[in-house]
Amino acid sequence: MKTVIKIENLSKIYRLGEVGTGTLSHDLNRFVRMNILGQDDPYAKIGHVNDRTQKAEKGELVAALQDINLEVKEGEVLGIIGKNGAGKSTLLKLLSRVTSPTTGSIKVKGRLASLLEVGTGFHPEMTGRENIYMNGTIMGMRKWEIDKQLDAIVDFAGVAKYLDTPTKRYSSGMTVRLGFAIAAHLEPEILVVDEVLAVGDAEFQKKAIGKMQDVSTNQGRTVLFVSHNMPSIRTLCPNTIWMQQGMLHKSGNTNDIIDEYLKEQINSQVGSTSSFPEDKSKPFQVDSIRVLDKTHQIQTSFECDEEINIEIICTSRQAIPGLYGWFDLTKDNGTMVLMSDTYDFQPNCMDSLEPGQYCFQLKIPRRTIGHGKYLITLSFTSRQNFSGFQIDKHEYACSFEVIDTTTPRGNKRLGHLSTLLKWEKTKLL
Amino acid sequence: MKDYDLIIRPKRHAFDINFKEIWAYRDLLSMFVKRDIITVYKQTVLGPIWFIVQPIMTTLIYIVVFGNIAKISTDGVPQPLFYLAGITIWNYFAESFNTTAKTFTENAGIFGKVYFPRLIMPFAKVTSGLIKFLIQFVLFLAVYAYYIIVGDVSVNPNWNIALLPVYILLMAAYGLGAGIIFTSLTTKYRDLTFLLAFGVQLLMYASPVIYPVSTIEDPRLQTIALYNPFTPILEGFKYAFLGAGHFSWPNLLYSVVVAIVLLVSGIVIFHKTERNFIDTV
Repeated sequence: MKTVIKIENLSKIYRLGEVGTGTLSHDLNRFVRMNILGQDDPYAKIGHVNDRTQKAEKGELVAALQDINLEVKEGEVLGIIGKNGAGKSTLLKLLSRVTSPTTGSIKVKGRLASLLEVGTGFHPEMTGRENIYMNGTIMGMRKWEIDKQLDAIVDFAGVAKYLDTPTKRYSSGMTVRLGFAIAAHLEPEILVVDEVLAVGDAEFQKKAIGKMQDVSTNQGRTVLFVSHNMPSIRTLCPNTIWMQQGMLHKSGNTNDIIDEYLKEQINSQVGSTSSFPEDKSKPFQVDSIRVLDKTHQIQTSFECDEEINIEIICTSRQAIPGLYGWFDLTKDNGTMVLMSDTYDFQPNCMDSLEPGQYCFQLKIPRRTIGHGKYLITLSFTSRQNFSGFQIDKHEYACSFEVIDTTTPRGNKRLGHLSTLLKWEKTKLL
Repeated sequence: MKDYDLIIRPKRHAFDINFKEIWAYRDLLSMFVKRDIITVYKQTVLGPIWFIVQPIMTTLIYIVVFGNIAKISTDGVPQPLFYLAGITIWNYFAESFNTTAKTFTENAGIFGKVYFPRLIMPFAKVTSGLIKFLIQFVLFLAVYAYYIIVGDVSVNPNWNIALLPVYILLMAAYGLGAGIIFTSLTTKYRDLTFLLAFGVQLLMYASPVIYPVSTIEDPRLQTIALYNPFTPILEGFKYAFLGAGHFSWPNLLYSVVVAIVLLVSGIVIFHKTERNFIDTV
């Protein structure tokens, strides 16, 4: 097997905050005062306490990636997992040449296409056909290559009827399908995919995953796949690397890595309550989440017979059209057992949410989920937000445990649910 | 396995610009141009007619303000023609500069998601500016043809018209060069954007757009006008079509040299900025 990607001693250092003071007048003022008048820096922060929970000070250096060494063989489908801030996205950004590394090098053999977003460059006023050419050429395709693939792309996206309609008339699902269809037909030797499969309906997700498998098994293509969706990593990638704090923590067989990863998430996530620091740059954010019993006390362990209340406190700083909330419960083996979003009940209660602080309460009725340990993931997204679909996301924000002691079968019950079904008996003969 | 196609490293040389790669992305350039044109056409009621409304209105205002109130000489050329000539060629620079000067700030979204040679973007803006220029140039030719047909003796076209492509290229080079330097600086200093709007305006009054160099009497101001690299282009353009103005080869050569220096330093600065600008946005 040939090595197609070789990463050596790769690091990326970010200077937090702005470089300089951000405005020319401040920089000039500082220069004059410090170098000509011999005064102190008028913009220096005084009383700086180094605390991880505090927002980083200006000028602080942080290694988003540290000494990564990795080789990817031809035809390999490699999953990349890790918590937010573990360096996955930075690695993808370096691979896709959106930004350049601080030290080290990446050597790539063959054409590399990266999919950090679907439909980059789409303009709502342009028709589907025009946007296919726009996005395709942005991704590095030549016009004649798109000519050749046009029918396949249209067919895959299922937008044949609307090909000459401006994409502003498309549903968000259609736009995403079209975007992915173009990327899937890029035919690069190496494909780097960020969590783009999280959008789109279930049927399309299946199709997209199928298409990616196609790409790797039949055509010998190499795929690097970042996802928070453990089941899809399990089905797609034989091998996985686990990143932690900018370093390559572990790599190996996907199932082993994911089992270990989830176990650690559960263990490190002891609390059934979490709060998140204020980040004014976000138009919307989660402030805190708590898991409560019916008397509104924080609990970490629940009986199957109890109802579980989840309370989410959020701050909206500006109304975001199309904003919706996503909540899911994942078991410690990585199986997602329940998900719910704010589109379940119309109208969507988060759409264009007025600025202010809100409390959202979700109630899991008694005897719904089975015994076991659960992790809560929260995600807030809007497909109408141009500066990025993802607004705020907390993967495995907190955890709780459910036990079943009131039935004879109890914690030995199999399956995912604890719903009790009545055996209605009727004597027939 | 030494033969890798692509090696991503921290440092690149200042002059290590991959023109082959830019050429490979030429289809993207034409798509960006197409997108600029289509979106202007689709989002407005009058579409491309706006391209000619603007110079017509500006010309009318200049006739009133500079021609009739301030009574500035137009070297004996009919005022509408003189002002329109100046506006048409100047607008190409102004348009190129204004659009390329926003390259990084306006495309941060795309630049943060996908790689392509970043220079494609300003190149595309200058190309779509060229289409806009050609539309305005047709307007100028129409007014021009009217004066020729009427037989106005003050309009004297000459063989210098053959230099038109040179003037257009020079304006493109100035717009592009200044624009990409400007956009590179704005990634660090946001307050420079305030300069953008009135900077072009000031530059226009400092250049012989609405007045001929021959009206300048103060010798110091004449020297300044001589060192202004726009002077040979604006005067040369008017001289070629109208016969009024000043043309000399050394002056033109000077303007060409300045344009090349500006463009090369622009490309080098832009190239240095593009690598990590996404980290600072």
